[in-house]
Amino acid sequence: MIKIKNNVAVSDSGFIFNPDTGESFTVNPIGVEIIKLLKEGKTVDTITEELQKTYATDAQTLEKDAEDFIGLLRNFSIAENE
Amino acid sequence: MEQQRYERPLIKRVENDMPNKFGMKPENFPKTSIDGVKVHDLIEKYGSPLFVLSESTIRNTYRRALKAFKNRYPRVQFAWSYKTNYLNGVCKIYHKEGSWAEVASRFEYEKVLRNGVPGSRIIFNGPDKTEADLKKAIQNESLIHIDHLDELYTIVNLTEELDKKPRVAIRVNMDTGIYPMWDRFGFNYENGQAWDALNKIMASGKMELVGLHCHIGTFMLSTKAYGIAATKLSDLALGIQKKYNHQIKYIDLGGGFPSRNTLKGSYLPGQDINPNIDDFAEEISSALLRANFPPDNLPLLILETGRALIDEAGYILGTVISNKRSATGKRTTIIDIGVNLLFTSYWYDHKISPAQEFTHFSEYTTVYGPLCMNIDVIRDNALLPLLNKGDHFVIHQVGAYNMTQWMQFITLRPRIVLIDQESNVHIIRQAETLENFSHMEDTPEHLKTFEL
Repeated sequence: MIKIKNNVAVSDSGFIFNPDTGESFTVNPIGVEIIKLLKEGKTVDTITEELQKTYATDAQTLEKDAEDFIGLLRNFSIAENE
Repeated sequence: MEQQRYERPLIKRVENDMPNKFGMKPENFPKTSIDGVKVHDLIEKYGSPLFVLSESTIRNTYRRALKAFKNRYPRVQFAWSYKTNYLNGVCKIYHKEGSWAEVASRFEYEKVLRNGVPGSRIIFNGPDKTEADLKKAIQNESLIHIDHLDELYTIVNLTEELDKKPRVAIRVNMDTGIYPMWDRFGFNYENGQAWDALNKIMASGKMELVGLHCHIGTFMLSTKAYGIAATKLSDLALGIQKKYNHQIKYIDLGGGFPSRNTLKGSYLPGQDINPNIDDFAEEISSALLRANFPPDNLPLLILETGRALIDEAGYILGTVISNKRSATGKRTTIIDIGVNLLFTSYWYDHKISPAQEFTHFSEYTTVYGPLCMNIDVIRDNALLPLLNKGDHFVIHQVGAYNMTQWMQFITLRPRIVLIDQESNVHIIRQAETLENFSHMEDTPEHLKTFEL
């Protein structure tokens, strides 16, 4: 289970601040949605299902890109395994 | 609820480095149509990848270039460089505009003749002209640009059996202050080879010395070099006038002018820093007018410009195959256009524009072609909007050399279409098929069947 770290600040406009590393990031709107869903404790499968309602693409592409994005969140110490 | 266009999730670290002093704004705008024809429609009808040429751009660029020279020098003639793009549909536009033809092989020479150009309007360059090639060029009264002494002596020998006096020029190489100096073609100016060759031609009495030619380099970013070249050729022409009372009819400064493409390693885009055709026209015309030619008897200025006339008129349309991430975390995108089709991606950072609307989010991306070869890289590091699998895009300024230096390697070569001035689309070269290649091959009888 992937979880966004509690002390990471995420704004609605897609600005992220990680106080642990002092780094800031920008995220596009779909990235913000994924982070919000992760904060709600959703799994990748559920996130993919949710996003498919909004975006015109197939489940495989969504899953591949979501996995890639979550990997980067982990890499930047924004998310961690619970 | 209507679904939104998908864009993959993106996260970018906010960098606090020194700002780029050049302050270049990434110029990403969608290119949805070419000369009024939608990119998506072109791909749907003619396939992907697809080369597209714009007749309007070809004609406008040609007219602008000719005007740049004619405004400054009264006697100018362009000769279309066949090797830059020898599709008949392209060459005939230039011929309709009044351009002669410049060729560098018998293959190109025959192509010109088939295109209906009179032999006397063909300039024959290149180091490899056989006796048969020269004989044909002499009979057709073509302008033969002699590359070396062996060629000169072959022509002298041919005059014994032919009743026509060959119309010749020599190719001159020289130091114009640029590096690398091209000295493999023609006769050198500084060490006297060129003057010796001219004297041999005049002394033989068997040829008509009509011109002087040079081609000092390619994608030249120095206009001064052309001024030096024009001055040195003028010096030779005036020397012949003085010694033999013989007037050189034309000075041919070849080609080599850059297009607006961006060379790899360049800080700024080519469209901002490359000299334009007016800069070259000013330098060349001034040098010729400064020389001591009688004002009422100036030599004809011939230019064999290729790249600067056609690059901008060519596009290649393609499709995204996949987005990946490399082992180092770098974004990579695979497209259906490889270096086999886009030879010039070895030299240029080609501009790539998506063919559909996109958001302002972008990512540095390595763009790979579809070939199963490590060298197949179209852009090392391009700041691109977030393209999805299946999205279409346009690569700009590919009109020069790609449609002649392309390779049938791993994949077959695609169609080429020309959009005319009324936005009608014409196929000017069909896509290759397996049959095209099979009919050139033969298999020995004992290898025809096997069992596995």
